Amino acid sequence: MTMAEGDLAVTKLHFVRERAIEAKPPPPAMTGALGWVRENLLSTPLNIALTVFIVLLLLWLIPALVNFLAVDAVWSGADRDACRKLVQHREIGACWPFVWERLPYFVYGSYPIPQRWRVDVFFAMLAVGVVWLLWLEAPRRDLGAGYFFVVLPVASFVLLHGFPAIGLPVVDTVLWGGVLVTIVVASVGIVCSLPLGILLALGRRSAMPTVNLLSTMFIEFVRGVPLITVLFMASVMPPLFVPEQYEPDKLLRALIGIALFASAYMAEVVRAGLQAIPKGQYEGAMAVGLKYWQMMRLIVLPQALTITIPNIVNTYIGLFKDTTLVFIVGIFDLLRTIEVARIDPKWATPVTSTTGYAVAAMFYLVFCYGMSRYARAMEARLATGDKR
Amino acid sequence: MTDADQATAPLKPTKLNTPVAVEMTGVNKWYGDFHVLRDIDLKVMGGERIVICGPSGSGKSTMIRCINRLEEHQSGRIVVDGVELTNDLKKIDEIRREVGMVFQHFNLFPHLTVLQNCTLALIWVRKMPKKAAEEVALHYLQRVKIPEQAAKYPGQLSGGQQQRVAIARALCMNPKIMLFDEPTSALDPEMVKEVLDTMVGLAEDGMTMLVVTHEMGFAREVANRIVFMDDGQIIEANAPEEFFAHPQHERTKLFLSQILR
Repeated sequence: MTMAEGDLAVTKLHFVRERAIEAKPPPPAMTGALGWVRENLLSTPLNIALTVFIVLLLLWLIPALVNFLAVDAVWSGADRDACRKLVQHREIGACWPFVWERLPYFVYGSYPIPQRWRVDVFFAMLAVGVVWLLWLEAPRRDLGAGYFFVVLPVASFVLLHGFPAIGLPVVDTVLWGGVLVTIVVASVGIVCSLPLGILLALGRRSAMPTVNLLSTMFIEFVRGVPLITVLFMASVMPPLFVPEQYEPDKLLRALIGIALFASAYMAEVVRAGLQAIPKGQYEGAMAVGLKYWQMMRLIVLPQALTITIPNIVNTYIGLFKDTTLVFIVGIFDLLRTIEVARIDPKWATPVTSTTGYAVAAMFYLVFCYGMSRYARAMEARLATGDKR
Repeated sequence: MTDADQATAPLKPTKLNTPVAVEMTGVNKWYGDFHVLRDIDLKVMGGERIVICGPSGSGKSTMIRCINRLEEHQSGRIVVDGVELTNDLKKIDEIRREVGMVFQHFNLFPHLTVLQNCTLALIWVRKMPKKAAEEVALHYLQRVKIPEQAAKYPGQLSGGQQQRVAIARALCMNPKIMLFDEPTSALDPEMVKEVLDTMVGLAEDGMTMLVVTHEMGFAREVANRIVFMDDGQIIEANAPEEFFAHPQHERTKLFLSQILR
């Protein structure tokens, strides 16, 4: 329509459209790579300033990192001399031979060397279980769930702790360490905290006063104390009450402490999700005759958990990193093994600590970022079926 | 052509066990200090179609929600097809299985497909095998004329289609009584007719219906009786012709003069 016609349409009382306006493509500046850059990087003065600032930051950071981790890094050597500036007469980056040598210690702790294959089998079994459960197109995921929640815990206990009757000598948990302990503590926390958290959240919203009161008290008490306190209590209190021979294992006590601690936080996350579900959903479910548990399992929880995926994963990531606190009760998780190894005089150089911490950083980054990405993919997938 | 054929797909509401579908005697309800329902006496016979109207906040929704225990009443008796509503969960479940409900905001389950919305209660409450449940669901989706939307999610449908799914979902349970809580109030004007047509069809099949609505045309055409409520009490009840032609109470006259222009 020309300008004149448009004016006429407004001024003249009578107007009848004779031809429909066809949809036209948007102007080129709105599409393609150029459009994306304009829209996302350069849309406002503040945005331009931020873009410039971040580009400068990356230009400063990335070369420094690459230099330390790769260009100046030492890749082989037998002891500290390989990583000393005074001996090598050059800039020294990361001291990788130190990591190569201590890697088994970082992974297994003091687990007896002839028995370490058991830990490898455990890692493999865990990996199979995780992939089976998390890969949504995997065959027979119901079997996978059974494997993960029933077979795997039993098999892990038999493998890692030992079962003399079938020829696996007992390995005391005092000897466990490194990645093994980190993975065990984190998986137990992650697997136990969600179901416990859901039960606590439902309990806190329950109309039954006793259930409500107990859940609320548990959640508020646990959230009111730091994790370190929980771990200390788990490690120091039982010996005061129980004779030494009946005392539960130190690692087991820490596991229970962490699982309960995480479930209190998870309960609040799930409760937020429950509160976001409109009352109409409950009424719709009740009106078609569903009972309380059916309503929760089929209608309310699927929706509540979907909207809380970002928060659940946030809690998981926090939990994964909090596992490092078990060092305080004398359990050797990955970070603790690195702490011990980095002060070994054999490898005493100015870069040893930094190298060790770089390894820890990469380990935690890979796991936490992996969880985060998986959650994003899940959200995207669930969102496609759930357009409101 | 096929649509017309599907529309005549038979629906036979199950016979009630007793001649009286719903009987409310001296029902009172409070929200805190607020007295929402005051001495409600209402007797609905099997096959009757009751339209309940009145200004907002008059307690009409609350009243029909008491019939399937979405709201609890504090005194008086409510008997649904011979079963009295008490705190007995078994009785409540029994009544909810026999009473279907359609809500103003549909209350479909957004994470399930249209078909799953309809089969859910059949599978979990009626313990029907999945295949049989899907057959029943498709039958009723055909009846409300949207079998082709079965695989979609509620969020992908228009308001009118969603409300028809909600009706199909309730019908799947083969209810003896249907409650409608302002089923067209949240719809775009263009969608109202398709939902009302579905309800008219239901009435023609002899379903016992209690409908809270402001659609006076529908009331005139379908209702056996119109109940007018204000301030938590029943002000006037009468057959539609009489109700519209000769309202007795001053409040009824005022209400009708406001809505019939």
